Amino acid sequence: MLTMAEAVREAMTIAMEERPEVFLMGEDVGVYGGAFGVSAGMYEKFGADRVIDTPISELGYIGAAVGAALSGMRPIAEIQFSDFSAQAMDQIANQAAKIHFMLGGALHVPMVIRAPQGSGTGAAAQHSQIVENWFTNVPGLKVVVPSNPADAKGLLLSAIDDPNPVVFLEHKLLYKTPGWEPVPEGNARIPLGVSRVVRTGKDLTIVATGIMVKKSLEVADKLSAEGIEVTVIDPRTISPLDMSTTFESVDLTGRLLVVQEGPSHGGFINEVIAQVAGSHVFGSLKAPIKKVAGLNIPIPYAPQLEKAAVPQVEDIYAAANEIVKTWR
Amino acid sequence: MAPKDLMIGHPLSSKAHAKHALLYMWKIRKFEDAVEDLFGRGMMHGTMHLSVGQEASPTGVCMALKITDQITSTHRGHGHCIAKGADLTRMIAELLGKEIGYCGGRGGSMHIADVETGNLGANGIVAGGIPIATGAALASKLQKNENVVVSFFGDGALNEGAFHEAANMAAIWKLPVVFVCENNKYGMSNSTEKAFALENLADRGLGYGIPGVTVDGNDVVAVYEAAEQAVQRARNSGGPTLIECVTYRWKGHSRSDKNLYRTKEEIDEWKTKEPIAKFMSLIHEKNLLTQEEMDAVQQQATDEIIAAVNESVKAKAADPAGLEAAVFNAVM
Repeated sequence: MLTMAEAVREAMTIAMEERPEVFLMGEDVGVYGGAFGVSAGMYEKFGADRVIDTPISELGYIGAAVGAALSGMRPIAEIQFSDFSAQAMDQIANQAAKIHFMLGGALHVPMVIRAPQGSGTGAAAQHSQIVENWFTNVPGLKVVVPSNPADAKGLLLSAIDDPNPVVFLEHKLLYKTPGWEPVPEGNARIPLGVSRVVRTGKDLTIVATGIMVKKSLEVADKLSAEGIEVTVIDPRTISPLDMSTTFESVDLTGRLLVVQEGPSHGGFINEVIAQVAGSHVFGSLKAPIKKVAGLNIPIPYAPQLEKAAVPQVEDIYAAANEIVKTWR
Repeated sequence: MAPKDLMIGHPLSSKAHAKHALLYMWKIRKFEDAVEDLFGRGMMHGTMHLSVGQEASPTGVCMALKITDQITSTHRGHGHCIAKGADLTRMIAELLGKEIGYCGGRGGSMHIADVETGNLGANGIVAGGIPIATGAALASKLQKNENVVVSFFGDGALNEGAFHEAANMAAIWKLPVVFVCENNKYGMSNSTEKAFALENLADRGLGYGIPGVTVDGNDVVAVYEAAEQAVQRARNSGGPTLIECVTYRWKGHSRSDKNLYRTKEEIDEWKTKEPIAKFMSLIHEKNLLTQEEMDAVQQQATDEIIAAVNESVKAKAADPAGLEAAVFNAVM
């Protein structure tokens, strides 16, 4: 079973073998193999022209990726920690995202920005946050948040093929862990913008992304032992957001719990809630919608503080339990 | 129709070259006059950043470029766009919010790009185009296509981090890019004296191991000669050059500018050093064109602009219907 890091590497390798215009750039992606080892061995395989070590210049090299994308290349730009994307935000939010629309469709920007996000490594506030929701409010960006190695590989292959800028955010705690199913061999793509039903159950719908899918599955197992069956939906692409699967599921279960690691205020889960509340399935709800999200605080350092800042399995379990048992 | 190279070569090397340089400077001047006029008559909305007085640098630089060479431009970008060969009607139409405009009315004055002529786009963010030009130059190097990319920007952009990061990358990777700083003396109201502790802004190149050249940005010949050298250097894998074109913006920064930060005397003094008259006196000295020929060139520019305005005014207004579908490019 491949880990997330290996699956991402495999997708990049396949894309670079298939298309000469694909290349990888970023800080320490070369001989070092990337800060999290994602590109290990790729420099040796593809050489310095296709696995490009950049200076510590996020604004500069993300902008260079935009320019290269405009000129026929398909760059994959790795940002060492997604927190540093703030340095490059002009090129991401004002340039890459808007060029196709703003310039009347004459140009497009086929590039992928890959970056690790998330807490759990004791790296404190500037190396641990969930940044996905920074990007979901920028029209023109696609935002992908894979929850397991198999999806990561298929989604990244599609992201590289996509003629638009894609922000691809990998949870750093998932890098070294295998998923719950083997990673398919070969170059099979998973389309962007399609949610996945990871587990089916009649009593409750949980919508979660990234590492929260794994945690939600643990909760589902636990509840199953107690006779409660949970559907777990992973949107995988949070912008654009595919809601059809969630509508169908909520229509059946009548109960919805949404989960994200990032701070509660302004996250994509609020969009999920708003859409369900405003949809035809509203009448099917048997219980108030509940959300479990990170606290509205920067990620703290000490392990017990860091843990308290983001949802744990117990928090998701408690919320799920409350919905199902209070609202029978 | 496949786009053809515009006139390439020294502005004084032949009658045709002299006519070309003069025509394009006039086109830029007349275009900006037309924009100001359309604004004044309430036919154009939003804002505008005019480059009147700065016609020599886009014209001189673009005479050193092939059609496949690329440029990035700025919020004050009409001149770059015209000098690289853009269609005047589609430009005016864009400013008037018409369907046939370069951006279908979605971009306006600050966002015109023209793929056919290698124009990767104007940019509303100061220095926003510099890393993009550097990346296009990286693509050129990786694709081994020998294209050169010119990034036009103003003096203000030299104080943005984007310039520093891009200049360093261009230097370490010896990328085929030319950085053209149009120093028009003011970043909005902030003078270069206040914003820099440098006499020659081109010295900024030194910190990155990039040659820096300061030229009279109102002399189309001096601009061409510096650009030609830099473009050849870039094309021959010699890496980037920073060219500072010293010029002056006659008009306000944008339409809200009341010119509180400079004197009328200063503006009048710069008007005596204006690029078109300067070039005409050179043409006269070299006996390249007669007064009648020069007058005819000016008339041609005027006629082209009038035709472009007339056609644009009649064109269909941009339709909001397709907006949401225009955000993403359909998957190829």
